[in-house]
Amino acid sequence: MWLKFEQRPEPSSLMRYLSPLIAVGMMLASGMLLFYVLGKSPIAGFKIFFINPLKDVYGISELFLKATPLMLCALGLSVGFRANVWNIGAEGQLLIGALAAGGVALAFPETHSPFLLPGMIAAGAIGGMLWAAIPAWLRTRFNANEILTSLMLVYVAQLVVSWLAHGPWKDPEGFNFPQTKMFQAHAMLPVLITGTRVNAALFLAIGALILGWVFMNRSFMGYQMKVAGQAENAGRYAGFSAKRAIWMGMLVGGGMAGIAGMSEVAGPIGQITEHISPGYGFAAMIVAFVGRLSPIGIFFASLLLALLYVGGEQVQQYLGLPSAISNVFQGMLLFFLLASDVFINFRLRRLARRQ
Amino acid sequence: MTNETNVTPRLTIKGMRKVYPSVIANDGVDLTVMPGEIHAVVGENGAGKSTLMKAIYGVIRPDAGEICWEGERVTIPSPGAARELGIGMVFQHFSLFETLTVAQNVALALPGKFDLAGLSKRIIEVSERYGLPIDPRRLVYALSVGERQRVEIIRCLLQSPRLLILDEPTSVLTPQAVRKLFETLRQLAAEGVSILYISHKLDEIQELCHTATILRAGKVTGTCTPSRETPASMARMMIGEDLPVIHHGEPAEGGEVRLRIDGLSHATDDPFGVNLKNIHLEVRSGEIVGIAGVSGNGQQELLKAISGEEPLHDKQAVLMCGVPVGRLNPARRRSLGMCFVPEERLGRGAVPRLTLTENILLTAYRKGMLISGMIRFGAARRFAEECIAKFDVKCGGASSEAKSLSGGNLQKFIVGREIMQDPKLLVLAQPTWGVDVGAASFIRRSLLDLRNSGTAILVISEELDELFEICDRLVVIAKGTLSPTKVTSETGVEEIGIWMSGMWPDSAVSGDSTHVA
Repeated sequence: MWLKFEQRPEPSSLMRYLSPLIAVGMMLASGMLLFYVLGKSPIAGFKIFFINPLKDVYGISELFLKATPLMLCALGLSVGFRANVWNIGAEGQLLIGALAAGGVALAFPETHSPFLLPGMIAAGAIGGMLWAAIPAWLRTRFNANEILTSLMLVYVAQLVVSWLAHGPWKDPEGFNFPQTKMFQAHAMLPVLITGTRVNAALFLAIGALILGWVFMNRSFMGYQMKVAGQAENAGRYAGFSAKRAIWMGMLVGGGMAGIAGMSEVAGPIGQITEHISPGYGFAAMIVAFVGRLSPIGIFFASLLLALLYVGGEQVQQYLGLPSAISNVFQGMLLFFLLASDVFINFRLRRLARRQ
Repeated sequence: MTNETNVTPRLTIKGMRKVYPSVIANDGVDLTVMPGEIHAVVGENGAGKSTLMKAIYGVIRPDAGEICWEGERVTIPSPGAARELGIGMVFQHFSLFETLTVAQNVALALPGKFDLAGLSKRIIEVSERYGLPIDPRRLVYALSVGERQRVEIIRCLLQSPRLLILDEPTSVLTPQAVRKLFETLRQLAAEGVSILYISHKLDEIQELCHTATILRAGKVTGTCTPSRETPASMARMMIGEDLPVIHHGEPAEGGEVRLRIDGLSHATDDPFGVNLKNIHLEVRSGEIVGIAGVSGNGQQELLKAISGEEPLHDKQAVLMCGVPVGRLNPARRRSLGMCFVPEERLGRGAVPRLTLTENILLTAYRKGMLISGMIRFGAARRFAEECIAKFDVKCGGASSEAKSLSGGNLQKFIVGREIMQDPKLLVLAQPTWGVDVGAASFIRRSLLDLRNSGTAILVISEELDELFEICDRLVVIAKGTLSPTKVTSETGVEEIGIWMSGMWPDSAVSGDSTHVA
């Protein structure tokens, strides 16, 4: 007996939206199984991982804090993903954006100007865009695969951060720790609720989601990118520029990631260190796909991924599980999502063995 | 060849029914094929011809009905089982590997040991016996379409089929090659092979077939002896009403030159493509110019050079309304008044998963559908609804996805979208390919109306009848070069047919017709 994948004539559009929920359910089930195998109570594990973080205002504020950079990055990425522009280097673009924004903050340690924060946001966006421009240029000029180049540039960006934090930008009074001076108060994003860390970047992210929705669904450029992603030949037939779609996809992705980087260094961190991002740029790809590349979906998916970060920290503390647990859950989520997407487009058929 | 009681039919189908989620493709279809009979299955697109053939060849399973093979009831679960019974099929779209030789391609389809030398000998035997000359060592990519079809037929014949199914076999052949194919088919029938011949070309069916079964909307509407019918009477059975007669009218003369191709030469990047050599052509307002030719002789490349999908180095090589456009992209050329209907509908002329309203935007966005970069969906929807109504596009409305339309209806939609933009120059590739008879005649009439209102129209088609019906002037493309132009009324199918082999007076390829079937 053989099994064979067979394309469905009409993929269900309802299942397209249910599949993220199915993936979440399967992630929870396997997660509890994992707790059991590790010798922990699945119920207790579930409570600590997924319920504890939602119990109080602080927990929920942490959720929104961590969801902010995920929203920003995922939105930018999905603009490109819709056009088949596969920027997987948001992590690197986030880091360079953080450096650019941090550089502005460090350059003006005394100013009280109201333009300092907007300037840092702009610098972050430009930094991310510049970093994303490299793979965009390599792709449009030499047809180099942007998946590879953008990923490799992540590691270059990490080394640049490391070099600055260890070298030229190191705080001379920082006891030789690899970090810069703390940013001055006017270079920090205002906190929304006293006693928590959630800051104004959340509004930035929600505003970006709204703008993103308008761009994707109402603008002609967004339409052209959708056509480029769904039917390249139709785009060429209509005369839409494929290069412009690539540039647009990469630059929006890089710019948004750069702003996410700015929101981290000017938010919870307050300086540049070697550990700016716990992999937000990579997790954002999961957010984008779980959110079905739509701004509304991304909003909820980023909260979910943020919960995996916060819950992961909780089980480290209370159950003594390794820090990799967050990544394991992220991986399971993506795996189940891709698997259920396969079943949306294909069905499994048993074949009688021939001869 | 009627049902004689003393001869067992080769194939009998009773009450075949196949239901797809949205459509009943076959509804109680009966079919009887006798040994040595050439039996036509005729019908419009979507009438259920392919479903019926796929059921016979074991590609799909019918929901109800029985198949009897030489008097015994059988089920045919797979194409392999069909081949074992003795059923062979030549598909409309060939399934050959371009980078392999003829013999290798044939070997892949045959069961048993892989013996290229022995197989090559058998290929030559079969090809000589049935007048299908082919060299088994040649690589498929270098073969003409006609030669590729021979490979497909030989591949079937090597398995000594007793029933051969041919799906629209002549759409890719010159008139001369069609005649040769018919000789082969008649020889096979004389040896007792039954042939199921799917086609919509009524004149060919009259010439070749003993019996015809006519399908409409999944049901058999008639069985007839084609030699006793007229094309008009068969067409009535196919579409249920009389075909409107097209009045060609007098060509307007001396309009302004809207498209001028001046010494265009272009080497393609595609290793299997055709290089264009020194092409000259003029299309004036108020006339329809047709380009005939066997497919794969440079039509694709020429179309891309005109549409701008493949920009040229020399900007003077193509002029639209007097403007050199060689280096402009399709959008810039459209803004000069060009519209274009490509050969592929889904994926090029329309985006499958977008709605019809969104597909209107693909090319018609200049018609007041944008305000400072934002889309006015209301305007686009009105345009789509008008196009659906005017061109009788059968669909679930302007918000249906393009891929939910049948090929013919999508073609009407795309042609309508381009015509409704009031083009100065309209370029069409295979405007009625795979479109049912009624819709095809509607599209042709629309083109003539458009011509009479002063548009310059260029049509590239493999259907000679169509070109003769609507064109004012004809030109032939072969091996990437263009023949001299002929006024349609001063030439005939015979002359154009010979020219399609590349043999026109003073042509560079005269006397060398190996590449063209």
